Amino acid sequence: MPSDTQPPLLELEKLRKAFPGTLANDDVDLVINPGEIHALLGENGAGKSTLVKMIYGVLRPDAGAIRWHGESVDLPNPRAARRRGIGMVFQHFSLFEALSAAENIALSLDDAPPMDTLTQRARELSERYGLPLDPHAMVGDLSVGERQRIEIVRCLLQEPELLILDEPTSVLTPQEAEQLFKTLEQLRADGKSILYISHRLQEVQRLCDNATVLRGGKVVGHCKPAEESAASLATLMVGSELPEVAHEEALESGAVLLDVRALTRPAATPFAVALQDVYLQGRSGRILGIAGVAGNGQGELFEVLSGEVLTEQPLCIKMRNKAIGNLGINERRKLGAAFVPEERLGHGAVPNMSLIDNALLSRHRSDGGELVGITGRVKRGKLRKLAARIVESMDVRCSGTEQPAGALSGGNLQKYIIARELDRKPKVLVVNQPTWGVDAGAALRIRNALVQLARDGSAVVVISQDLEELLQISDDVSVMHDGKLSFPMPVAEANPENIGLLMGGSEANAGGNA
Amino acid sequence: MEHELIVNVLLTIATASTPLLIAAMGELVVERSGVLNLGVEGMMVIGAVCGFGGAALSGNPWVGVLAGISGGVLASLLFGVLTLSIATNQVATGLSLTLLGLGLSGLLGESFVGQAGVKLSAVDMGPLTEIPYVGRFLFGQDPIFYLSLLLVACVSWFLFRTRAGLVLRAVGDSHDSAHALGLSVVKIRYAAVAFGGACAGLAGAHLSLVYTTQWVENMTAGRGWIALALVVFASWRPWRVLAGAYLFGGVTIGQLHAQAFGVAVPSQLLSALPYLATIVVLVLISRNKRLTILNTPACLGRPFVPNR
Repeated sequence: MPSDTQPPLLELEKLRKAFPGTLANDDVDLVINPGEIHALLGENGAGKSTLVKMIYGVLRPDAGAIRWHGESVDLPNPRAARRRGIGMVFQHFSLFEALSAAENIALSLDDAPPMDTLTQRARELSERYGLPLDPHAMVGDLSVGERQRIEIVRCLLQEPELLILDEPTSVLTPQEAEQLFKTLEQLRADGKSILYISHRLQEVQRLCDNATVLRGGKVVGHCKPAEESAASLATLMVGSELPEVAHEEALESGAVLLDVRALTRPAATPFAVALQDVYLQGRSGRILGIAGVAGNGQGELFEVLSGEVLTEQPLCIKMRNKAIGNLGINERRKLGAAFVPEERLGHGAVPNMSLIDNALLSRHRSDGGELVGITGRVKRGKLRKLAARIVESMDVRCSGTEQPAGALSGGNLQKYIIARELDRKPKVLVVNQPTWGVDAGAALRIRNALVQLARDGSAVVVISQDLEELLQISDDVSVMHDGKLSFPMPVAEANPENIGLLMGGSEANAGGNA
Repeated sequence: MEHELIVNVLLTIATASTPLLIAAMGELVVERSGVLNLGVEGMMVIGAVCGFGGAALSGNPWVGVLAGISGGVLASLLFGVLTLSIATNQVATGLSLTLLGLGLSGLLGESFVGQAGVKLSAVDMGPLTEIPYVGRFLFGQDPIFYLSLLLVACVSWFLFRTRAGLVLRAVGDSHDSAHALGLSVVKIRYAAVAFGGACAGLAGAHLSLVYTTQWVENMTAGRGWIALALVVFASWRPWRVLAGAYLFGGVTIGQLHAQAFGVAVPSQLLSALPYLATIVVLVLISRNKRLTILNTPACLGRPFVPNR
């Protein structure tokens, strides 16, 4: 609690940061007291990451003041921040895959003790806070949850007073997240402060003492999460109330349009996952959701389904009763399939090409002579109309269809890519992370469109790390763990607990016998 | 007679392998930091002309060695400014550095052509060199030979046993992570690039002060490219580079002798043998895909632009 005698641990006053084209942080104020878990809430793109990067010295503010223990400080780089007692656990990009856990920890310490001492201290800390880790393991071989533990331990070794966690649970199973909360509560009991960034309201309500909500780079409110309802927090974050996804009962099992049997694929690189004996059925009128912690083979599965990587046994994958395992992506499209990969730039769209040209990229073969003449001439007029129709169907915000794909925000581009594939009314659609990094309004639109496609008789397979999303839109849910896919369970039987257990790898085939 | 021949073959193998080894060691450090400098050939030939000039003008071969190293460092810093400070494409910049080096060295060395150079004489460890067969190979060679072996040991120790080496490998593995940790990626890479330049310059100086004591235009004759290939085929591991360099040097000298003896194999095939043998052997020893990928600097050749 703030008092007159003791200044807050950290105080931000009118912090401002602009990037070319956007004002990422607009006069942001924030106060964190000792021994408090403070939530920073906001949608993707609200400016949360920019703000914490300024606190951690990765970015420098354009204007405003940062006060630490009541005194104004300048943080030119992360080292300066660490010296003051600020530690940060990143969402991405901060471990070295080819180095061991201990080496990674040593790198982050400004005056690292000899390896043996370091390993010893890391062990002590990890036991104290319930963060088991093997100092000699190569990071590239570790699961995402284990990597996060390394990051937390290496922060704690520097005895920070403030620990910043950027979306820590987005990559964890519900059980791993629960373990993390215990660790954080233990840290709070030890008098440390935590700045907790998230857009998951339940966990913020469960864990955090205070919250600051950002929207469009501005602070739109301070509150005590425990005293708010999830709906009121969501309204604060999004700015308007969100309707629910319309989800009616699916038709009883329709025809099998996508049939995957005994699919195996060896790991392509040391850090890739091998697919082991995957069975999967996409049925007409139903959405199959595939849950799992990132890096358990979902990307590898998508590549094989889409034809980016061919399998040696064509019969492993059948689409509408035709063996397609050895057919390329265009052949599969001609059979009525459509694919939305996880990476928008480079896989889903070519960044430097216009929306019009990007429309041609996935449609030039599948649409027969519609867009390309017999001689190979592109029918620009028709293409232009198609691009305009795609933009309109999903309300893609762009300055025109001539705009390069890379200039669109992530969410808008995702809407464009999904709309481009949906426009063809595919009989089979495979989507990987449909709403990753997309704001709530656009996510809702995408989810509704996927449900609609299924209800119109197509088979839809959705791979996602967002469990809530899968429970919302799927008819059946399977879980991918370590390259194996669990038996699908009807969504009515699925809940975060039993799915979470499967995500963590217990009883890979305990999905029940439907 | 036979004894004499074996001693001479061993010595020529060492002389042929040393410049490859030194240049490759430098490039290994550069690439471990995530920078791909294709200008080794160019830096080497600049080192050769500077080394020759320095020694010829001063009369002291050690001045030549220093001049060679300085020339290599200057050339590498030009590469550094372009690729690290301005973030140009490393492949294109490296190729231009090679072209620049070949042209510039020709210009600088115009007056040296045909002139007699100064030789960096071999060390003489007295009675030790009398040991049959290996005496002169082990104890009677030029100082740069010993330096090159020391270099392998030092680089290996530095990379895998010191914190600075860990930092260098980390920068090569992920410059984004390194930057997020507050390591100064650009400074570390400058240091690595300059070290690579110094090694390439020294390797060039070895050519014009030990190998042939004269200046001939384009005298590196593709050795810079061999050094580059050695680094890759040795999967960025110092001791394997040593093995690769000596294998290449050994087969080169061996096939020359075979040609002199008139072995009934087309000479073109024999000339190609060093390349084939080195590639085959290094591919065989690095067939463990997992280890190779672990040792490959993940950021190799990718320009780093901090978002600040």
